[in-house]
This record gives sequence, structure tokens and C-alpha cells, in this order.
Amino acid sequence: MNEPIISVRNLRVSFEMATGEIEVLKGVDFDIEKASTIALVGESGSGKSVTAQAIMGILPATARITSGEIIFRDPQSESITEISTLSQDDPALRKIRGGKISIIFQEPMVALSPLHTIGDQISEALFLHQETSRSEGLSRTEAMLDLVGFPNPSRALRTYPFELSGGLRQRAMIAMALVCRPALLIADEPTTALDVTVQAQILNLIRDLQQDLKMALLLITHDLGVVANMAEELVVMYHGKVVESGSAKDLFENPRHPYLSALFKAVPRFGMDKDDRLVPVRPIDQKLGAHFQRKLAIKSQSNALLKVSGLSKRFTIRSGGFLTKAPSSNIQAVDDVSFEIAQGECLGLVGESGCGKTTLSKMLMRALSPDSGRIQYRGPNGPIDILSLEGSDLMAMRKKMQLIFQDPFSSLSPRMTVFDIVREPFVIHNEGDLEAQRDLVQELMQLVGLDPRFLNRYPHSFSGGQRQRISIARALALQPELLICDEPVSALDVSIQAQVLNLLKDLKDELGLTYLFISHNLAVIDYIADRIAVMHRGRIVEIAPRSELFSNPTHPYTQSLLHAVPHPDISRPLDFNTINALGGNDPERWPAVFRFEVGESARWIDLGNQHHVRAHAI
Amino acid sequence: MLRYSIRRLLTMIPTLIAISVIVFVIIQLPPGDYLESHIATMQAQGESIDQKKIAFLREQYGLDQPMWKQYLDWAFGFMQGDLGYSFEYDMPVNDVIGDRMFLTILISVVTIVFTWLIAFPIGIYSATHQYSWGDYGLTFIGFIGLATPNFLLALVMLYFANVYFGTSIGGLMDPRFIDEPMSSEKLFSILEHLWIPVIVIGTSGTAAMIRRLRANLLDELGKQYVTTGKAKGLPPGKLLRKYPLRMALNFFVADIGNLLPSIISGAEVTAVVLSLPTTGPLLIASLQSQDMYLAGSFLMFLAILTVLGMLVSDLLLAVLDPRIRLQGSISK
Repeated sequence: MNEPIISVRNLRVSFEMATGEIEVLKGVDFDIEKASTIALVGESGSGKSVTAQAIMGILPATARITSGEIIFRDPQSESITEISTLSQDDPALRKIRGGKISIIFQEPMVALSPLHTIGDQISEALFLHQETSRSEGLSRTEAMLDLVGFPNPSRALRTYPFELSGGLRQRAMIAMALVCRPALLIADEPTTALDVTVQAQILNLIRDLQQDLKMALLLITHDLGVVANMAEELVVMYHGKVVESGSAKDLFENPRHPYLSALFKAVPRFGMDKDDRLVPVRPIDQKLGAHFQRKLAIKSQSNALLKVSGLSKRFTIRSGGFLTKAPSSNIQAVDDVSFEIAQGECLGLVGESGCGKTTLSKMLMRALSPDSGRIQYRGPNGPIDILSLEGSDLMAMRKKMQLIFQDPFSSLSPRMTVFDIVREPFVIHNEGDLEAQRDLVQELMQLVGLDPRFLNRYPHSFSGGQRQRISIARALALQPELLICDEPVSALDVSIQAQVLNLLKDLKDELGLTYLFISHNLAVIDYIADRIAVMHRGRIVEIAPRSELFSNPTHPYTQSLLHAVPHPDISRPLDFNTINALGGNDPERWPAVFRFEVGESARWIDLGNQHHVRAHAI
Repeated sequence: MLRYSIRRLLTMIPTLIAISVIVFVIIQLPPGDYLESHIATMQAQGESIDQKKIAFLREQYGLDQPMWKQYLDWAFGFMQGDLGYSFEYDMPVNDVIGDRMFLTILISVVTIVFTWLIAFPIGIYSATHQYSWGDYGLTFIGFIGLATPNFLLALVMLYFANVYFGTSIGGLMDPRFIDEPMSSEKLFSILEHLWIPVIVIGTSGTAAMIRRLRANLLDELGKQYVTTGKAKGLPPGKLLRKYPLRMALNFFVADIGNLLPSIISGAEVTAVVLSLPTTGPLLIASLQSQDMYLAGSFLMFLAILTVLGMLVSDLLLAVLDPRIRLQGSISK
């Protein structure tokens, strides 16, 4: 007899809001079989997480199950519990929660208490649900930490979350969820906050543990690449309803519901042709106005618009008080970085979080001063040294370079209307009167595909994608030549990503813009960039034209990155053994020719075809 | 942790030296000194002054010395427990302050404990029952406490205490015990009088603390680690105590540093209205009459209390919060 361990039937959940009741789940049905992997896919706001919370019995106080049922069958005792009827603090439900069903969250930093040790937080679950002595509980916790890959489990028991890296924190979170050997693990975007090489390790770990412990896995994600690698079955949600479900293989090969097939077309993937375009789930209509129809003549490739040479920046961390001599430590955030960007080109800069991408972009904008190096910008009378500009010269330079930020929520002032936000560059640079500015702002809105009637609204009434387009409009206001896009689509849903990427791509052609495009997502970089620079711990380790880099990656870090990206294609699974063998982001595990001491000056090897790699020899 | 404590203790020394210099300079800033203003008062009253006596006193008290020398004399005396001589009272500062200091500290400590005992349960209740009738009701009472001027509350309380309990008005003890040695009857009388200033001085602090505790706890309750704890199957009470409450304690402990000095110096008006034999009114009087050693000693006591309060809260924070304890020595 093979009954599903979880049956969700016609589940409806409503949220009590100030404006009335909003139904967020409108009749959800699915089953989870024993030891199976099922993926819940959908964009943000589609009700994925609410479904998981309902199963765990941890819905927020404003939410309420209005109808339907969630039935849990314990595979060991065969006892049946109707979760949907129990109150959140019911002892029967508390026993299941953490004991039989457990959950891991997206952001391990905020999901773990900063004040308690890892050992305390993990063993707590064990002591709650199982009769164990203190010493036996701790040794079982230690064994669990060992199982999830902590290098020194007995020490890890006594460490605090802030002492660990993001990957280790997520491993601790997994250990906490699995220490009671649950029948079902719910993983709510378990790898979204992690770097791609770490993501591959965590996915591999979850899959191994699932086989060891014979548990079912409910994976919630918007990343189709992760789904393709993990899931056997797929449940696609859209606006609180299940629109399609079935085996992952069938759905990937033959998506029937228009939303799912649209989603597949919206995700950038490797090896797309130069002319292939993503098809956004919700296309936008943008229009080029008269003022901005000024196509810059694209000069020859050899004429660099921006030339960076030997740029370095070191941050000093002081830990002493004002009396004691501070035992300071240094972090080399950017280390001897050199590159050029030709006019009309898009240079992609890829690297993991903390590798110095953003520090680099801040130095280009003169928001931070480098310790050494030069930044030159092409001017009418020969190159301009950006770092020595002052006063009005610097102001004039600022008009030529603009920045688009990652987080569309914090980069727009909530107290300014869209009109004021987009107009601000004109005010700062004292351009035109209010009437002229109004014309330009309206044109800018059309340029990014937003209705000019929205100008009197405040940013909070826009979605993430719309806000990012407002950011783009603001950046374009002064007709810059160079745009620095710092992770412009990382905070956006996949279905929105394509929209913004296409917009950026079109604007580049229409306005003759030059981009420095920073991202941690190789597929996105692949879609938009002409040349790609790979950055690791403050250094550029490899730089090459797009197709060259993908066909002939030479640096072990580049290779790791390329192998670790999960493809939204069920026939191209991740090869965990290769990823592991390549050494990932750990220089200690790279071949000796690629290892450099801190401060050792760059040694570039020219592989021809504009392909350079940092190595002692090849 | 030990290194942190030692370092923290050592940094207190230059802080206190700097404060003492500033205190001394500020007291000396107004033109003239105590003797000059004393002479002016005497002359205004038509009394003759013996110039010899003045010169003798000036020499006796070191007022003819340069300022830096006066400072050093005072500072070294202070460290040895000699607080100088009060001109106004014509006796050593130690004797002037002695008893008052004890009573001030007694009132302060009892007030702090009172504030915590009331604020803590109410704050927790308000946060865990947000937007309930109980929350609204307690919030309302809290705001009344915050908004009522202390001196008004003091007068009202005095009246009721006298009418219903027959407590003598004003002061911290029955008048017949003043200047008496400590006895069990005197102690009882003190306790009988103590609750009025404690409630008066404590109400506004309690109300403010309830608001802050509620806000902090609400912030913490919304954090994801609370959901994680819930998802582990923790019962609600244990969950609250172990995670969000522990986090909300941080602000509470950090507040100790401000609590000590503010209660001593902030309750002057109340102390005058209630004619409490505490240090507040004395400080005001000594500043007015340029009684420099008395004023200087007072200000230094306030400074020491502030610095000590900060030390206590810093050390407690380090005990409570591993991020503070460990991150100082970790180089990330």
C-alpha cells in the first residue's frame, strides 16, 4: 500500500488585510509520495510559500485556512493527522512540526538565531521530539553536522552562525531540519541566496541525504535550473492555483499550460544564438522619443571608451579600541584590476558575492577612491584621468557615466514621486526649466515602457520590475554614454528578468550605449554581454569574448562556474563529481599555475582571440 | 572576554580624566570665586570684612594658586577620598554629601527595580497581544503616565498619602528621625515615605520602557529565526523566552548606562517638590553659589555613575550577545 504522506485537497487560504480579505490560495491540490521529490514552481506571490506554511502549520497570524484539507500520514506509525483542522499550538501539530516535517529557509543568516550556538539550535529539535540524554543528543547532533559536511563537527557545535560562511550556515540549517529524520523536508528556496558553486554543493548534499534518510522533499523554487536537477514531479502555481502538474520529464519536454511554456522561453540559458531573444512572460511596449533618438556613432573596437589599469583597493578592519593598538587586518577588495571597454560594447563582469564587483563599480563612479591604479575615459582631447577630476570637470564627467543598482526597492526614495525621481538628474545638473524637464521625463517613461500617467505615483505602488525600469529611466536622463549595471536583474523574478534584460539590450542598440554589466548569473551575462571578465577575490582571472569563454574556459574557477550553473533542461543534469574535482572557489585546490600570492602582480597569458587568463604558465 | 573587560576598564581612565578637566574648567568659567561672591553679599548687607581674614581664607583654600595647581590638588584629593571643603556649609564635602548620597542611591535603585518589574510583563504582554484590547488599554495608561508632569503627580500623591495613610508631607522620613542615627524605626519610616518618590519618578520611565520593549519585541517577533523555532515544534512560551525575548533584552541592558545618571539628575524638580534629602537640590544650590568643590564633586559623581553604568551594560551585553563578545577578536 503506497499512500501519499501528504495530501493537499482544495486548499484555500485567505489573508486578512486592512482593505478586506484576500484569497491567496484558491483551491490547491497535490500529493507527496513517500521518498519522492516534488517541486513547487511559480513566480513570487503565486502562493508557493503560503502552501508550505500551511503544511507546517506556521501561517502568519493574519492568514486563515478557509476550506480544504491537508492530511499527513506518518509512514512509520501509519497514523493520520488532519493538519488543516489543528490550531497552530496544538501539541499534536507541534509533534509533527520539526519531528516529522521540517523546513529550511532561503536566508540562513536570518533564519538562525544569532545568539545561540549551532549545536544548541540543532540539538534543541532533537530534545523536543525524542527522548535522549543530553550527551547522546549532542553526539547525534555532532554526527549530523558531520553528515552535512562540516569540516570539524565537534568545534562546530560551539560556533555561532555569524562565524560561518553562507554555505556552512545553510548546511547547519539543513542539519537542524534533518536531525530528527523527518518524513518530509520542505526546502523553501534553499539555494537562492547562495553563490552558484555553493548552490551546487548544497543541492548535491540535499539529494544525497534524501536518499540516505528515505525522506520526501518538497522543493519550492522559481529557478527552473534547480528544478530540472532535483525534481521528479512538478507542480506549477500561478496566482494561487495549480495550473499544471505531472512528472518533471513530461512537463520540461512538453509544457502544456501557457504560463509554463512562457516561463521556459523567458529564462536565459547557455548557448543561445546572438540573435535569439528571450520572450518575457509579460512583454512591455517601449517607444523611442525625439529627444533621445541620437544614435552615437559606434567607433572601431580598438578605441576604448573606458580604460582601467592596475586598480587596487584595500579595506582595513580595525578591531581594537581607541587606546589599544589596533590589531588591524586588511582585505584586498580589488587587486590589480585592468580592463578596457570599447564604445558600444557590453562587458560582463561575473563573480561571486564579496569578490569586489561592487567595490570596482563604486571606484569607477568615484564613490570610493582606489589605493592605486588609473581609470581613463575617452575625451575629445585625449583620455581623461577620472581619478584626478575635481569640481566642474567631475560634474561634467558624472553625466557620462550612470549606475543602475541591484535592489529596486531601496534605490528609489519612497518619499519622492516617480516624476521627482526621474527629474532629479536634471535638477542636480541644472538642465532646462520645469516644462522642458516634464517633456523629457515623459519621454523617458515611454522609453522604458512605462505609462507617463504614472508620474505622480510613489514607488511603493510599482512592482519590482517596474521599479527597476524607473531606475533605468533615471539613469538614462542625462543621456550617458556608459551605464554600469550592478546586478540589475538579480532581485527580480525570472518572469520579469527577461523583460528588463530585453529592455537593456534594446536601449543599448537604440541609444548606442556602452555597458559594464555586473552579475553573478552566468546565463544572464551570456545573454547580454559581448565580452566577459571573471572575477575572483578581487582579481580578474579570465577575460574573453563571450563565445570564446564558453567554448574554451581555461581558468579552473571559470570552469567551476560554468559547470555549477544548473540548466533548465532535464537532459543536462549537473555533474557534481566534476564540480567537486575542479576546486570551485577555493584557490588551494586549483592547479599550482593558477595560484597567486596576495599582491603578486598580474601575469596574463594571451591565448589569442582576445582571450587572456591569469596564470604563471599554461 | 577577559581581555575585553580589561580593555574596557582601562578605557575608563582617560575618559574620567578628560571629564574631570572639563568639569573643573566649567566650574571655574564664571568670573570670580566663592569668596568674591561671598564678599559682595556681605558688603551689600553693610557688614565689614576683615581683609586679613579673606586673604587667610584664600590662602587656606588655595584660591590664590594658578588654576592647574588647584585642579591637581582637587583631583589628587578626590582620588584619596578627600572631596575638598564646602564654603557654603563650612564643612568638608564628604560630610555634606554623605547621608544624601546613600538616600539618593536607595531611591534610584528602588526606582529602577520598580520600573523593570512593572515594564517588563506589560511590555511582553503588549507585544505578544498586539492590537488586542489589553494592548490598547495598557498603552493608554502608559501614555497617561508619560504625559503627566512629575511635579503634579508628586503633589497629588503627597495629598493622598497624607489624607489616607497619615504620612508626613515631604521628605524621606518622619522629621523626628532627621540627623538621628540609623535605627529600625528610622528605616521603617524611610520605607513608608519611599514609595511616593519611587512611583513619581518611576512612572514616566516605566511608560517609556513599556513602549520601547513592546517595539523591540515586536521587531524580533517578526524575524525569521522565530519562525524557524516554531517550525522546530517549540511550544509558544519557550519559543518566546528563548529567542525573541533574549534578543530584546539587548536594548534593555544597553539602557542601564543611561538609567543611573538620568535618575539622579533628572529628578531634581520632583525632589524639590517632595523636599527629598537627595543630591539633586544640593547640586543646583552649589552651582548657584559657586561652591566649587561641592559642585565639582557632584558632577564627578554623576560622570562616574555614567561611565560605570556604561561599563555594566557593555559587559552584560558582551555576556548576552556572542556577536559583541567574539567579533572583537575575530578578524573577518
